[in-house]
Amino acid sequence: MNELTKLTPKDFATDQEVRWCPGCGDYAVLKAVQRTMPELGVRPENVVFVSGIGCSSRFPYYMETYGFHTIHGRAPSFATGIKLANPDLDVWIITGDGDALSIGGNHSMHVLRRNLDCQILLFNNEIYGLTKGQYSPTSRAGTRSPSTPFGSVDRPVSPCAFALGSGARFVARGIDVHKNLPDVLKAAHAHKGASFVEIYQNCIVYNDDVFAPFTAKENAGNQLWLKAGEPMLFAAGTKGIALDREALALRVVDVADGDWQGAGILVHDPKNRSIAHMLVEMPSVAFPTALGVLYEDPAPTFESAVVRQNAEASAGKKPDLQALVSKGQSWMVTKEPHVI
Amino acid sequence: MATATHLLTPEEAEADVRPEAVVVRFAGDSGDGMQLTGGQFTLSTALAGNDLATFPDFPAEIRAPQGTTFGVSAFQINFGSAAIDTAGDAPDVLVAMNPAALKTNVEDLKPGGLIIADEGEFGARNLAKAGYGANPLEDGSLAPWQVIKFNISQLTLDAVKPFGLGNKEALRCKNMWTLGLALWMFDRDRAPIVEWLRAKFAKAAELAEANIAALNAGHAYGETAEIGGQIPQRHIDPAPAEPGLYRTVTGAESISLGLVAGAQLAGLKMFFGGYPITPASAILHHLSRLKEYGVTTFQAEDEIAAIGSAIGAAYAGSLGVTSSSGPGIALKAEAMGLAIMAELPLVIVNSQRGGPSTGLPTKTEQSDLYQAVYGRNGDAPMPVIAARSPADAFDCAIEACRIAVQYMTPVMLLTDGYIANAAEPWRVPDMSAYPPFPVRFHEEAPAEGEGFNPYARDDRLARIWVKPGTPGLTHRIGGIEKNFGTGHIDYAPANHQKMTDTREAKVLGVAASIPEQEVCLGGPGARLAVVGWGSTFGPIHQAVRRARARGLDVAHVHLRHIWPLPRNLGDLLRSYGRIIVPEMNKGQLKTLLRDQFLVDARPVNKVSGQPFKIAEIEAAIDEALR
Repeated sequence: MNELTKLTPKDFATDQEVRWCPGCGDYAVLKAVQRTMPELGVRPENVVFVSGIGCSSRFPYYMETYGFHTIHGRAPSFATGIKLANPDLDVWIITGDGDALSIGGNHSMHVLRRNLDCQILLFNNEIYGLTKGQYSPTSRAGTRSPSTPFGSVDRPVSPCAFALGSGARFVARGIDVHKNLPDVLKAAHAHKGASFVEIYQNCIVYNDDVFAPFTAKENAGNQLWLKAGEPMLFAAGTKGIALDREALALRVVDVADGDWQGAGILVHDPKNRSIAHMLVEMPSVAFPTALGVLYEDPAPTFESAVVRQNAEASAGKKPDLQALVSKGQSWMVTKEPHVI
Repeated sequence: MATATHLLTPEEAEADVRPEAVVVRFAGDSGDGMQLTGGQFTLSTALAGNDLATFPDFPAEIRAPQGTTFGVSAFQINFGSAAIDTAGDAPDVLVAMNPAALKTNVEDLKPGGLIIADEGEFGARNLAKAGYGANPLEDGSLAPWQVIKFNISQLTLDAVKPFGLGNKEALRCKNMWTLGLALWMFDRDRAPIVEWLRAKFAKAAELAEANIAALNAGHAYGETAEIGGQIPQRHIDPAPAEPGLYRTVTGAESISLGLVAGAQLAGLKMFFGGYPITPASAILHHLSRLKEYGVTTFQAEDEIAAIGSAIGAAYAGSLGVTSSSGPGIALKAEAMGLAIMAELPLVIVNSQRGGPSTGLPTKTEQSDLYQAVYGRNGDAPMPVIAARSPADAFDCAIEACRIAVQYMTPVMLLTDGYIANAAEPWRVPDMSAYPPFPVRFHEEAPAEGEGFNPYARDDRLARIWVKPGTPGLTHRIGGIEKNFGTGHIDYAPANHQKMTDTREAKVLGVAASIPEQEVCLGGPGARLAVVGWGSTFGPIHQAVRRARARGLDVAHVHLRHIWPLPRNLGDLLRSYGRIIVPEMNKGQLKTLLRDQFLVDARPVNKVSGQPFKIAEIEAAIDEALR
């Protein structure tokens, strides 16, 4: 792309009025995506945003790209058809915790294990917003909501643990309002295959500040931003994550005077699937929240395998409709039937 | 011919057709290979130039416990020297491979019909499993029929002895022994079957040779004096047929071929999203082998993902196709609504089976008409067409593709378990005779300062189709109501009224592109019209032919287009004194016709999982004219 055609965030914004609640975290994510797009070197006409149903799923209407607002939980299936029909398209799935993990859990699992080349942005606000505040599959036990006035009794699912369990080859986390979100999005886009990104998104109306223990400015010390090849340090480098090799569990250790090596702090290897499982399962408060690219280990993509198999199976065969319908054991009727 | 395109000449129609025809039913344990025997006998029948129709009838269980009545698998074929439209009401010959097969089928046999039984399987254990207190081959209870019994199991073991197979494997050749005998009975050539066996067992020569030996032994058994003239050999002359190249085809095959042809005529790649379900899976199997025709097949994680992927592919510019049976179609309903709202072309094939719920997975029924025409939330109109026979399904599939792309709409193609599995001779069509209907994608950017409306329409009211990847035309579509003029989200009352009216008018407008309804036997204004749709074509046609031969003033009207209905249908129906509608459901087309035309259409219903018999419809005709 030359300078003349350099696009700006505005080129990716539609003229439609954005209709989320004032103060919704979705605005911040939309801005981050629109800001990231020009840096990806993609043309708007080659990008398709596909969504299901929910607050976040209105997202495609605000992106000046191709967009398909589909049905609840099923966005991955539409995205799969789009990508198989035209593998050159850059496909983004926008979904929420209810859309992806409740009604659409099955499709989420399969799009991840198939490794369709796409970016999946899961806006996790731990609540059903569009239907006015019922608890969701990611809500913590005890969540009081219109449908659980005495508190929810079931245990929540961890989106990133679900993704890893489904065979995802790229798992990342971001925060709606955090400046690092564009970098996470860029990494997701650069990854060939299904890139799963959980975005902690604040629902100001029904679940305000549910992530404040690590997203609030004063709690930024509870954020562990992971970088490949760098030590797992947080709280301004005063603490880090080490591996208890006896218990095969992670633990928080203090780091004195920057001597992380001495403290036995782990160095982030995104290809280490076992550590990734431990990182996504770290309980909040006792541990920091792991953010950034938690896991990345590319594998062949679904659509490339389909394209290759279609090509191999077609090699040397000339499509001939007349020959096709005439196939099989046939016979000619002239005056007297006889076998040919 | 049993093809839909063949309408009888008046002379043929009025003649009291007493063709030389034979109905043979092979029945055995589901592990006995009866479907294979039937399939190969069908091929030999077709090669002999007879017209034919078949009815495979098998249990839902893959391997039900051996020897039980619910594990019986049967294959019926009706073949003859004149037009054959049904698999036959009652068999002339029943081949029973065990007591359970005899028990579950013998009552269907014509009085005086022939039973060929494998005596070797009529031991105490198998008799008990079938619920026989005494051996029916010996206690005289089969007196109404002729019985020929011999130990097919032992004869097979003897025949395949030289090949050193284990007892179990050797007994597996029983079905070929039986087929050999049947080939002798009807004076058939064994060569094509031998060729087929060699190809089937290309990697296990001893199995091929053992099966061939069994086939030859069965044939020789008929030929030699061993039966002492008990089985008369019968030669059925070839049926008159239009000259041309013929093959046999099942509905699942012809639908697959028709879809490929439809995509090619539209100039599109095809994307097929499917999920395994009986009896629809065969379409997925066939298409997955046709990749060189630009076909991508995708076995999705469920029925919803199957249609979702097909709609996604349609959005991206392919011909989207999905296929299922009733329970799966129910799961797809919400996505169909989206395709209607987003106005994307899609073909949905419903191979109907007995319902509701899981119902009768391997049995046939026509009870999804309401589901097809009405079964979605909101006012969600969708064209529906129904195939009448395996051969007709080819043209119906092409027609479904045409309507889908010309009107930018999902289309449902109804077939059923009977059509999907049954085989009939098919005159191979001349593909150059099918007019192409090439799709033109919209690529022109709007004039400077003018917005782009993805819901701009042509004179058919069809929305423009823009492929993602087209510069200057980025837009968003979805399930929320859109503004008629801009394509943006719009909840305004007047706009929803206008869009709903437009979607309805578009689908009703399809009627302008379909032929007027023809009368396939008799004419307008008869005392009675028998109106049918789908696979009841065969029995209705024969019943009406017989009734007319008896001097009754009856006509047969058979619908291909269920929605919208042909534009002359109301006037045509009102020309008849009475109307009966035989259906394998509780009266669904009947309701539709009453609703649309205020005519006194009377139901004739059967929901036993079995096709209508000719005699049942003839009786209904007599009843209606009484």
